Amino acid sequence: MPTVSMTVNGKAVSAEVEARTLLVQFLRDKLSLTGTHVGCDTSQCGACVVHVDGKSVKSCTMLAAQAEGAKVATIEGLANGTEMHPMQAAFKEHHGLQCGFCTPGMVMSALDLVKHNPSPSEHDVREWLEGNICRCTGYHNIVKAITAGAAAMRR
Amino acid sequence: MADTGIGASVRRKEDFRFLTGRGTYTDDINRPNQAHAYFLRSPHAHAKIKSIDVAAAKKAPGVVSILTGADIVADKVGSLICGWVVKDKQGNPHKAPAHPPLAKDTVRYVGDHVAVVIAETLPQARDAAELIKVDYQVLPAVVDPARALDPGAAQVHAEAPKNLCYDWEIGDKAATEAAFKSAHHVTKLDLINNRLIPNAMEPRAAIGEYDPAYESYTCYSTSQNPHVLRLILCAFVLGVPEHKMRVVAPDVGGGFGSKIYCYAEETVCTWAARKVGRPVKWTAERGESFLSDAHGRDHVTHAELAMDKDGKFLGLKVDTIANMGSYLSTFATCVPTYLYATLLAGQYTTPAIYCEVKAVFTTTAPVDAYRGAGRPEAAYLIERLVETAARELKIDPAELRRRNFIKPHQFPYQTPVALQYDSGNYERTLDEALKLIDYKGFPARKAESAKRGKLRGIGLSAYVEACGIAPSAVVGSLGAGVGLWESGHIRFDPTGSVRIFTGSHSHGQGHETTNAQIVSDLLGVPIDKIEVVHGDTDRVPFGMGTYGSRSAAVGGSAIFKAADKIIAKGKKIAAHLLEAAEQDIEHAHGVFKVKGTDKQKTIGEIAFAAYVPHNYPAGLEPGLDETAFYDPANFTYPAGVHIGEVEIDRDTGVVTVVNWAAVDDFGTVINPMVVEGQVHGGIAQGIGQALLENAVYDKETGQLLTGSFMDYCMPRADDLPSFKIGMTHTPCPHNPLGVKGCGEAGAIAAPPALMNAVTDALGVRHMEMPASPARVWQVLQKTAKAAE
Repeated sequence: MPTVSMTVNGKAVSAEVEARTLLVQFLRDKLSLTGTHVGCDTSQCGACVVHVDGKSVKSCTMLAAQAEGAKVATIEGLANGTEMHPMQAAFKEHHGLQCGFCTPGMVMSALDLVKHNPSPSEHDVREWLEGNICRCTGYHNIVKAITAGAAAMRR
Repeated sequence: MADTGIGASVRRKEDFRFLTGRGTYTDDINRPNQAHAYFLRSPHAHAKIKSIDVAAAKKAPGVVSILTGADIVADKVGSLICGWVVKDKQGNPHKAPAHPPLAKDTVRYVGDHVAVVIAETLPQARDAAELIKVDYQVLPAVVDPARALDPGAAQVHAEAPKNLCYDWEIGDKAATEAAFKSAHHVTKLDLINNRLIPNAMEPRAAIGEYDPAYESYTCYSTSQNPHVLRLILCAFVLGVPEHKMRVVAPDVGGGFGSKIYCYAEETVCTWAARKVGRPVKWTAERGESFLSDAHGRDHVTHAELAMDKDGKFLGLKVDTIANMGSYLSTFATCVPTYLYATLLAGQYTTPAIYCEVKAVFTTTAPVDAYRGAGRPEAAYLIERLVETAARELKIDPAELRRRNFIKPHQFPYQTPVALQYDSGNYERTLDEALKLIDYKGFPARKAESAKRGKLRGIGLSAYVEACGIAPSAVVGSLGAGVGLWESGHIRFDPTGSVRIFTGSHSHGQGHETTNAQIVSDLLGVPIDKIEVVHGDTDRVPFGMGTYGSRSAAVGGSAIFKAADKIIAKGKKIAAHLLEAAEQDIEHAHGVFKVKGTDKQKTIGEIAFAAYVPHNYPAGLEPGLDETAFYDPANFTYPAGVHIGEVEIDRDTGVVTVVNWAAVDDFGTVINPMVVEGQVHGGIAQGIGQALLENAVYDKETGQLLTGSFMDYCMPRADDLPSFKIGMTHTPCPHNPLGVKGCGEAGAIAAPPALMNAVTDALGVRHMEMPASPARVWQVLQKTAKAAE
């Protein structure tokens, strides 16, 4: 079995995997980083979004081997101890999550949006979230949270 | 207590772990030495299994065991049950064909369970499943409920001739016929309540485990009601004593009804764990969720409303065919009967109602309760009918509703379909909603849309639902196999921190916060010193789980009662410590005071004294730890008015929801932020049903054509607007909190409001859901042709 090595949340990691192992399986099964979720099998739902070399990626859509040498960031790496990232804090403040299953993907996706567009409008946020499905919130409070999180990140 | 008590928008205690990726969902759990299960599912809607050859698969790498229906028979594993007996017009119980966890000799829907492969890894299990050879004799399929009763339709079960599960009725037929005879006007509609697939974002999952040292099982499951799952697994399916089974439902990623039921997969994993001597884990792929999660709705209905010359409703006649799917899921039978037809009075004083329901079997996935469960079907029917009547009578739709509302002084109000509404103020919610959407300004907005070439429409929906499920004796008399009370347990620690154990289950609703608010308010404990425990049959005394918007109304009331017991005991302890008579002790928010003095003890001091009882009332038990069970006196009746406004693009048929106002009366509200969030989510699912979602089976082959997120259109962020939310508060008079329940309201209210708006914009009498661009475009072409 091939060995893959990458940096995940700032830590060098390495593991033997079957060639067909997806990045999300590598994160969840090999590294026990279970904050990244699998909500579908057609790369539609976005529960598995992580950052690979600074870009948001659906980790169910890429092989672990394709992330060889990459810098990967997951939801577990965002907070500083008990102090949440401003985007995480905005999700809590604005009740942008209910069951929490889509949440890690939403937050990781939102951060990539803010990177491209530091002051997104409601319309921008709704368009950007096309690849993230939430069944609980009706998106209303997710949109509020992301615009507020973006504002907090500008400060 | 205003900042953390009842009525405060407390930020959720559970959010930190979810936001930092530290939630524990079933698939996040891995047990030592676990093996992985993969289910081989039927590729046919209906077929005889002539033979199954597992020889080659058994030799595949990593395979631990392969089990089939023959093993189910050999081990005498029972049938999956339906826990609600509905009696037909003649008083006979519904037809209840066997539902084996692995098919014995016949498969009855695409996705039915044929075999389970257990292997060292999931890929190995999946690879091996491809080597199983099943010889099927394919039989005809029947998927459309309206066709299931036809002569010559494929027969799903020998035990249910003509595919009829039951033919049921409610209401006074003769009185209703008489009302129609005296009517000035009758409005008639044929409607389909489209079939939906729940699609909680977390797919179902289960881990079965067996400990031979204690001869006991553990089942980790994505369940909305772990105790009921344990009851069914033990008493009906596996024949295990309940004390030898632990069910754990950890963080669960949404349910919407689909995770209430006892499914084949958790049953098989638990049974197989003992057989193979290892924990057995299964997690659904989304494709499996589409195929095998219980679906929702799927009604075909003809309805007629009789009115006098002023538009006063005289009678309602309803004839419904409801699809049960291939087998009866856990509560399937009660959905199109006691959760549907009993709501047909809606918010109105219609004096005579008669409804017939035929439930039918088809070669499709089982159908059961999905957010709202029966009540959305009732509200859709009533509110489409009322809106159509208003158009026919040329009366403003808000005005026609107002003329027929049950008035505040009429409560408690006995409807002609069994329920007694406890409280409400329907006119007030209507007025608030009209204000919130600026109803009067609609013609100007319509004109403005027309200038841009768009068709604009507005639609109302005034719904009532029966929640807080449910008074045990009542549901028992209607056929429920269980009581629907709830338990609440409050345990103080010596240093004053508190754990609340509740039998309800949170899978997004925020119970860890709202239940803590109740105790923080009543007992004056800081909210960060309170933890809510749920979802584990070994920790929580007992519970009936979460569905039917019951967690606050029934579960919260049980916690309220347990707090009462804590206060009663606290008064005895305080009286002793303060050297006063017990009847002189007053309690408020955790402070026990001698009346008219400044002598007092706090709940923290009381708890310490209870656990370190050195100076303590003679004969009183130490400890501060109380359990209460609450059985509601009646259902609760949340009600509200939603108004939707849409714009339609004439060229593409795309419907855009441009304005939405929701005013709901949930009685007392514990956490407005959480309640609004529940309303948002419900509206999104309701708009989803009306605009986007539709479960479609191929009529010939019975294949599910909408089996992925690429084919089944889930609402996404850019399909929805932000919502305007208002509330009125008529407290529930019969539970101690005054709460009514809010989880399902949006999904009930939204579809008729949206379809009333769409048909208003298009100027057509009716069109079926979902109002997809293709369908709307076709309607536009037809109306254009008719105008030529």
